[in-house]
Amino acid sequence: MNGPELLAAHIGVLRTRVGACWPGTRAVFRGLDLHQGLHDADWLELYLFGITGRRYTPEQVKLLHGIWVITSYPDARIWNNRVAALAGSSRSTPALGLAAAMAVSEARIYGGGPGLRAIDFFLRAGKAVAFGQTLRDFMDEELKSKYIYGYGRPIDSCDERLPWLASLAREQGLDQGQHFKMAFEVEIILLEMGKPNLRMNYAGMIASLAADLGLTPREFHIFLVPMFLAGMPPCWLEAAEKPEGTLFPTPCGEIAYEGIGQRTWRNIIP
Amino acid sequence: MSTDKIHTRIWREEPEPDNPFATRAAFCRGYDVYGQMVGNARWVEMLALLFRDELPAATELDMLEALAVALANPGPRDASVHAAMCGSVGGSSAAASLIAALSVGAGRFRGARDVYDAMIAWDTCGTDLDAWNTYSRLDTRSDFVDTWPRREHPPGFDPHGVSTATSVCQLLETLARIGATPRLSWLTSQRWQLEKIIELPLDVSGVAAAAFADLGFNPNEGEMLYLLLRLPGAAAHALEQEGYGYKQFPFYPVELEDDPAARELP
Repeated sequence: MNGPELLAAHIGVLRTRVGACWPGTRAVFRGLDLHQGLHDADWLELYLFGITGRRYTPEQVKLLHGIWVITSYPDARIWNNRVAALAGSSRSTPALGLAAAMAVSEARIYGGGPGLRAIDFFLRAGKAVAFGQTLRDFMDEELKSKYIYGYGRPIDSCDERLPWLASLAREQGLDQGQHFKMAFEVEIILLEMGKPNLRMNYAGMIASLAADLGLTPREFHIFLVPMFLAGMPPCWLEAAEKPEGTLFPTPCGEIAYEGIGQRTWRNIIP
Repeated sequence: MSTDKIHTRIWREEPEPDNPFATRAAFCRGYDVYGQMVGNARWVEMLALLFRDELPAATELDMLEALAVALANPGPRDASVHAAMCGSVGGSSAAASLIAALSVGAGRFRGARDVYDAMIAWDTCGTDLDAWNTYSRLDTRSDFVDTWPRREHPPGFDPHGVSTATSVCQLLETLARIGATPRLSWLTSQRWQLEKIIELPLDVSGVAAAAFADLGFNPNEGEMLYLLLRLPGAAAHALEQEGYGYKQFPFYPVELEDDPAARELP
């Protein structure tokens, strides 16, 4: 079935396997009664169950919590946080500021984009190695056609988050996975290739851990959506508590204009 | 990495002598906005000037304005407008309704990303039917992993269409008549052949993509303009539904296909 018939078959009804609620009665979440079966679930565990339909051990949930916690920086200079803070300073609402800041976090050079590409790299590298290719050969091919995401950082090549996350993974007994080990091997090979600035970054480490937990790229992508969220409310709040409009006020002279000089509009009606 | 100034080729402001934050005069690409443009310039001229150093020719401005009229309201059946109405019926903020329209209207099905993809297709295929034939059969499963979901249909064409909608044909013919630009002219003469190759009818997003490309916009600009130009209808329908109230807004029945209550039955 396709074309208008396909659309017609879906008119006016929601057919779903993920859940529904009947106000006053019950709610179902991915095949489980939410209140009977999940009422005491950890919120992140529920979030992951919603994404994957799978349940996770307490150790895995703790590690995934850590991935979010360790990168929650309430620094209003960072672009996504700045959006939340500007919303506060402009006296917009918390939801508008935080939603916009989360949307901005799905970026190409940080946040959602590199994480997604890094897990894609590790999963493909893992398959290549399983089929007998050396990791170095796979990386050679990869570097010919594209970047290796998960390595290199624009401001400082040393990522201060990694020792803390690696330590957490070790404490939870989750540091022996194929992709996590591979992440360090890739860093060594990049060094041998003469690319010392391409040290592992946060996207690389969390992507390798997520690959070991069995997340697909799309599942990992959705897991990342609120990753920076905890750092954003303080930025909104502090900006909202200060006098309105005082976050990064820009006087006319602080704009570097590089365009065409002053000229007369072509058809001025007297 | 950082710089303490915002750099721009678009906008310059002169401050009042007594306040560096108050605008005495604003210049867009060198033109005095409040002193000369306001009252003399068309809105579409301002729009074009924000994206270009120089104003387009009169026919190009007419074409852009005609396209803006066509795109202004996707109508309440459109997913982006539906999303905006979902905001307003619950009493969400005006911005939330427009964010909803932007987010839903950004996608690869009838959204701005479809226009972006279609403009990439125009860059790749131009007015070469063979190139379109090859492009439409590319296996997108090998596309570079991206934050956007994988493309599921040739961009600019209606995956659920049977024949080209009259409204799409009218838009194409009108824009081609106004602008007589290369892609729109070719599309007008070759539409039937192209649709035969693609095996789908042209959609509004495909016409918009050809028009934006003919007007010299790049795919990023076309995507942004498509998002922008479709917002007025979302705003109007959101406000209208707020007036009707949620009791007159559909809340569809559900068929739960994995119901624990059903499993518990003997």
